[in-house]
Amino acid sequence: MTQTELHSSETTATHHGSAERKWQDYFTFNTDHKVIGIQYLVTAFVFYLIGGLMAAAIRTELATPASDFVSPETYNSLLTLHGTIMIFLWVVPAGAGLANFLIPLMIGARDMAFPKMNALAFWMVPPAGIMLVVSLLVGESAQAGWTSYPPLSLMTGKVGEGIWILSILISGTSSILGAINFLVTILKMRVPSMPMNKMPLFCWAMMATALLILVGTPVLAGALILLAFDLLVGTAFFNPMGGGDPIVYQHMFWFYSHPAVYIMVLPLFGAISDILPVHARKPVFGYQAIAYSSLAIAFLGCIVWAHHMFTSGTPAWLRMFFMIATMVIAVPTGIKVFGWLATIWGGKISLNSAMLFGMGFVAVFVIGGITGVMLASVPFDIHVHDTYFVVAHMHYVLFGGSVFGLYAGIYHWFPKMTGHMLNETWGRVHFVLTFIGMNLTFMPMHELGLQGMNRRIAVYDPRFTSLNELATIGSYILAVSTIPFLINAIWSWAKGPKAADNPWRALTLEWQTSSPPAIENFEVLPILTTGPYDYGLEHEDVAGLPTAQPGSAALSGSSGS
Amino acid sequence: MNIPSSILTMLAGIALTLVSIWYGQNHGLMPVEASQDAVLIDGLFNTMMTIGTAIFLLVEGILIICLIRFRRPVGDETDGPPIEGNIPLEIVWTAIPVVIVLVLGIYSFDVYSNMGGFDPNAAEDPGVVQVAMLPDGDGALTPLMEGHSHPMGHHHVALGIGASPETVGKPADLTVNVLGLQYAWIFTYPDFNITSGELHIPVGKDVRLILKAQDVIHAFWLPEFRLKQDVMPGSLQSELRFTPKRVGEYPIICAELCGPYHGAMASKLYVHTQEDYDTWLQSQVASRPDGTQTIAASSDQEDPNAAYLAPFADQLGVNGHLLEQLRPQPTAALVAPAMSSAGMH
Repeated sequence: MTQTELHSSETTATHHGSAERKWQDYFTFNTDHKVIGIQYLVTAFVFYLIGGLMAAAIRTELATPASDFVSPETYNSLLTLHGTIMIFLWVVPAGAGLANFLIPLMIGARDMAFPKMNALAFWMVPPAGIMLVVSLLVGESAQAGWTSYPPLSLMTGKVGEGIWILSILISGTSSILGAINFLVTILKMRVPSMPMNKMPLFCWAMMATALLILVGTPVLAGALILLAFDLLVGTAFFNPMGGGDPIVYQHMFWFYSHPAVYIMVLPLFGAISDILPVHARKPVFGYQAIAYSSLAIAFLGCIVWAHHMFTSGTPAWLRMFFMIATMVIAVPTGIKVFGWLATIWGGKISLNSAMLFGMGFVAVFVIGGITGVMLASVPFDIHVHDTYFVVAHMHYVLFGGSVFGLYAGIYHWFPKMTGHMLNETWGRVHFVLTFIGMNLTFMPMHELGLQGMNRRIAVYDPRFTSLNELATIGSYILAVSTIPFLINAIWSWAKGPKAADNPWRALTLEWQTSSPPAIENFEVLPILTTGPYDYGLEHEDVAGLPTAQPGSAALSGSSGS
Repeated sequence: MNIPSSILTMLAGIALTLVSIWYGQNHGLMPVEASQDAVLIDGLFNTMMTIGTAIFLLVEGILIICLIRFRRPVGDETDGPPIEGNIPLEIVWTAIPVVIVLVLGIYSFDVYSNMGGFDPNAAEDPGVVQVAMLPDGDGALTPLMEGHSHPMGHHHVALGIGASPETVGKPADLTVNVLGLQYAWIFTYPDFNITSGELHIPVGKDVRLILKAQDVIHAFWLPEFRLKQDVMPGSLQSELRFTPKRVGEYPIICAELCGPYHGAMASKLYVHTQEDYDTWLQSQVASRPDGTQTIAASSDQEDPNAAYLAPFADQLGVNGHLLEQLRPQPTAALVAPAMSSAGMH
């Protein structure tokens, strides 16, 4: 749309033009997708730290069976805001950040389709988050859990609940605007030489994500607006005291909030599909299967919402339908996991921080996948619904999946984003601490839930003390694990060794420009000469370049079309 | 010694299978089984644990082998083999999960059915009372039921776990009304006009709990019975029906966030031998404030009213739910038969 004319470059070797980003640009309403991507990622990470502090407070309360750290009201606010912030202000915007930075670069575009709308979408995130955090600080925050089921949510304080609703509406709107941008950009702005089935898998995953956001988020907005009416002007859409039906809220809420799980994890599925082949030096195994399984997951993800309601007011036939539909999601997910394993099998693995987090992602996500199939089974779910087993499952999916995936993505694309390399030693320390902390925190929760510990409680039966102590220690290790990452990221960004344009010798287009990319991304629009994952294939047909320099193979020196 | 890799793979597969089967049966993660439902669910869970352990070991094993065997030597700048896929292999790893999922789906369906998930009467407004109060039992019940399942009404929603297929249609041995409120459970025995803060039931008897909430959504959870059901405020009732098979004291837990003191909302379930249960019952009956007489009298007045209206429910456009509201909730109509059956043992 707003692409300026091509720069005519003197040589393809020296990319670094005069125009470079100043640090001030990152604090302005900037329409450059790369600036917006980094704005998203940094903002989201700040909220991740805030949500993490809340998690540490929750775990501190749960270190002992008694309620002795915060008041029960504050405890409920903490768990409500922890969930809300981690979902709506960390994982979703961080995924949007990666997508913003990567999609135009990966498809050879100069920006997103709607750059101003893109900036607008980002600038909705900070107010939404600040409102939530301030509501906690002034002691008037939502207490009804991130699910905010009525009638409880109508009875726990109007101000906090109202702020919560407004905050989600704003971040939901931001998410919708972002999704429109991703979808149009991917569909309409690829370089002419890139057909759909030569797109990097990250783009396929973002396409599926964008579709899910567009289908689900408006329904959540509808539910929240009706809830706001019940809360503020006393209607009774969901309030049974006036004849309303709280189960309708649950249906509307989960119609978005189950797909939200895939909104949070699909972008990282895509990122992992892009990261593993690069560091294993092998083509991705089953490109088509991995690409279409993203769409299959998105479709199935829309018809499984009521599996969150197996113990709620749902009839038997509905429970059975949603059970089968949910279990079937294991099939496309399995295709991806086995595809990733086959990708790295027999490869030449460079075990750097990005690859550690990438393989760590597969290792922990699979646990969440297995417990996910178990939870889909109605009779078993009746036992463990609303228990710590679900808490464990959900964190294996969202921490083991999304957070590991995000870290893998940050380690992989940091050189491209900043032009500096991260320190490998600190990266490994970060990985080891995160991996140990994560498993120590969430593994014991499986047993706690099976044995009879319900979730969202500040006090518990003393027989659960030892497992809870383990989880609390694990959570502190997780908290500490962010320190080496923070130091590494900040120090490397400022003073780290300069990154080459293509330090990983990757084949996708984002690596075929300078690091960091010039303001208009590509001085000459690239022409696709290899597939995104053609590692090990001969490239002699392309301008006689040897295989050892696949990076330059993709960028033909000829004029852009 | 040089062992062919196919033999190594086979041995690894056998080891993986054996470990998975062993762990699936010996994980020790579940609390005691206090009912037949718990036995069924644990069988299902053990099967899923077996399959889950196998998948876990397979995936983690492959990752570890990759970590060890397929590392890039320092200075090696070449790529790995350009394998872009393998259609037969991809079909295999698509088909196997499909089969696993189908088997688990059918198994779960079967367990759910045996627990009583498909009891059409589950969560009907007090059905047992209707049978008793209408003169010729089942025949007269029909119009009432039609009122309930009227397409306009949508009140015929199976909330919870009803009677198992063997007992479906039969009245439960004991019915207890459960009221959830912030932050307590109140148990009312309509047959005996007893109210208690704890639930006492006799072992081996078919027990039916009718669940309602006063304020917000609660969830009634019996971990040792593997049963849970949300308890809704407003007009919806839910039910749990089970047969305890083990004498003991068990926790009752509220599993749905219901306010700041949600964690403290708990009670106890006591499964007694028949003698102990009768003793408890006698002590409660002796200490209750007023007698059954007044209740019985009032129910005599109300019963003909409901019975009279029942056949006209459809024509009047009155659904079954509205009809229920005409009648006082704890009906004492079943006092006599239930008392005598309790006394027989």
